[in-house]
Amino acid sequence: MIPRRHFLQAGLAASALWGTSGFGNWSRLAAQQSLTQEGLIGESGSGNVTLIHITDIHAQTQPIWFREPSINLGVGQAEGQPPHLTGKAFRQLYGIDDGSALDYALTYEDFTALAREYGRMGGLDRIATVVKAIRAQSPEAILLDGGDTWQGSLPAHRTQGADMVHLFNALGAEAMTSHWEFTLGIERVTEIIESELQMPFLGANIFDAMWDEPAYEAMTSFERGGTKIAVIGQAFPYLPIANPSWMFPDLSFGVRQERMASVVQEARDGGAEVVVVLSHNGFDVDRKMAADVPGIDVILTGHTHDALPEPVQIGETFLIASGSHGKFVSRVDLDVRDGRMQGLEHRLIPIFSDVIAPDPEMTALVEETRAPFKEELTEEIGKTDSLLYRRGNFNGTWDDLICDALLEQRDAEIALSPGFRWGASLLPGDPITREDIFNATAMSYPAAYRNEMSGEMLKIVLEDVADNLFNPDPYYQQGGDMVRVGGLGYRIDIMQKQGDRISDMVLLASGEAIDPSRNYVIAGWASVNEGTEGPPIWNVVEAHIRDRGTVSVAENTTVALKSEN
Amino acid sequence: MYLSRRQTMALGTAALVFGPRIAWATATDDAIAEFTGGADVAEATGLTLTAPEIAENGNTVPIEVDAPGAESIIVLASGNPNPDVGTFAFGPLAASQMASTRIRLAGTQDVVAVAKMADGTFQRASQEVKVTIGGCGG
Repeated sequence: MIPRRHFLQAGLAASALWGTSGFGNWSRLAAQQSLTQEGLIGESGSGNVTLIHITDIHAQTQPIWFREPSINLGVGQAEGQPPHLTGKAFRQLYGIDDGSALDYALTYEDFTALAREYGRMGGLDRIATVVKAIRAQSPEAILLDGGDTWQGSLPAHRTQGADMVHLFNALGAEAMTSHWEFTLGIERVTEIIESELQMPFLGANIFDAMWDEPAYEAMTSFERGGTKIAVIGQAFPYLPIANPSWMFPDLSFGVRQERMASVVQEARDGGAEVVVVLSHNGFDVDRKMAADVPGIDVILTGHTHDALPEPVQIGETFLIASGSHGKFVSRVDLDVRDGRMQGLEHRLIPIFSDVIAPDPEMTALVEETRAPFKEELTEEIGKTDSLLYRRGNFNGTWDDLICDALLEQRDAEIALSPGFRWGASLLPGDPITREDIFNATAMSYPAAYRNEMSGEMLKIVLEDVADNLFNPDPYYQQGGDMVRVGGLGYRIDIMQKQGDRISDMVLLASGEAIDPSRNYVIAGWASVNEGTEGPPIWNVVEAHIRDRGTVSVAENTTVALKSEN
Repeated sequence: MYLSRRQTMALGTAALVFGPRIAWATATDDAIAEFTGGADVAEATGLTLTAPEIAENGNTVPIEVDAPGAESIIVLASGNPNPDVGTFAFGPLAASQMASTRIRLAGTQDVVAVAKMADGTFQRASQEVKVTIGGCGG
């Protein structure tokens, strides 16, 4: 048992980064123009084992805008708990001042104004600078990648992930786990693991579907700082449901809690003094797993893209949330003595691209990967008058733009767009380049289909997706945010059971209620079914933006939460 | 989110489950009563039922039952039109009282296992298995 006092000390150590009175000093530091690289990276930690965690970068090698969610609802035991806090509630919990740098990095209000003040975040060359600085302080630091690394940009799409594999090898990542990696198809994944990847590809919960036996390495061990550390990988549990299973037909996933418990035991029996789970479960699943599986010291969470300035402690397990898209790097220092973890210090390092200097070696490597696509990437397709973003439980403005494109270009009554959590933002006045469109759409099953669906079926689909997001038991939550809709309004009461959450479905064009027995023309993309036909979604979006020249997207008001009326 | 005709039909069936669920639940209770001869059934302490929380394919869902020392274990899919999956009987020379199989589920439902233990008592375990359309994850 780690004494609570020790954890409080860890919190204080983290706050030393900002001065003497906690996170609130951020805005003062910024006002004094004292946001510095050294200040962001901080002093050496006190432990003997250092972990560096990056996750869900979604192939974003360049500094980007990324607006955090305004709506991120938790249900069941997660209700009102981090990470299910946004805006003011989030700032209050962590003592973040309005308008401060951390406000910009971690919440959504005044995003545009703060973005112009603090600049873009991320960039793999800045991340390399931070990693090198931590290694200079702590040469044995272990760099771990939580997955969703090889997908999400035009260069990653064109090279089938080769660019990101190469760059993360160069960064010196020492183990990874996975999710979108498998949407490259099993043959490509196997090729990468066998001949390109220079680190273990871990997944304790990936099984051969036919024989129900482990298909990938479950864990890897490190001897560092005079101790033995086991790192167990946990891939996204619902890959064959949330993504096209025909792309990896012989694999089965799932949470497999019993399997995790037995691998943890195996690690302890093998002499590990610290057990770290490198997870792509998503935060709420990790919260439950931490409560139910004994013996895990640290879970490096992923998938749900949450960034938290402090660890969440569940029993004796610490959950670290390191954000997405290269916005943050987490540094975790562990004090391991007498065969067990005695203390933990954590620092969520925000990658302010105008403050942290790019590492020239990494800049050069990244430029090499982008060079073949330079013309394609930089072509300006149009402009936006509005803030374009995606992240949140319901439609973001990027989704609305994609839905508008589907309705118009595919001549449909209703558009459906997947509730992905990835996709960089754009500020009002920004040009929209082809790179920007790919940042919101690049993946391996992009066909924009057009078909008919009855009103009854549409309701079943919305109810099904809603239960996959709002089921009170996180093990029954399948993955993404709510499916985005165009041309359709509805009301949702997330506290109800499946079948009773969705009501007042309206066809916006006519204002009429959706008729269960009528067929509607639907356009959408990212079908998980093999053989789906249609142009790639990026072509549809590009054509729409070209038609408009400058796009304006109003805040979506057609999806209503029941409690709001 | 595109749905093939086959999937749509399967979903139609799944949607229907909500109606007759009560009737089928009775069929499950009847099957258990027949298995136990009406004896009391305790919550599982020596019986483990392992099933996925969400089925990757509702047509072939892997499940496993394990009850050290049990004489027999009945497995029921409470939401199927015919809930009976099977009964595993273990002879005196059986090295372990464990069985695994794959079952078809018409829709989201509880999978139920009841074990007859060596001392003649009965134990019950159940787990909800969700059958979903999927898609949109990430």
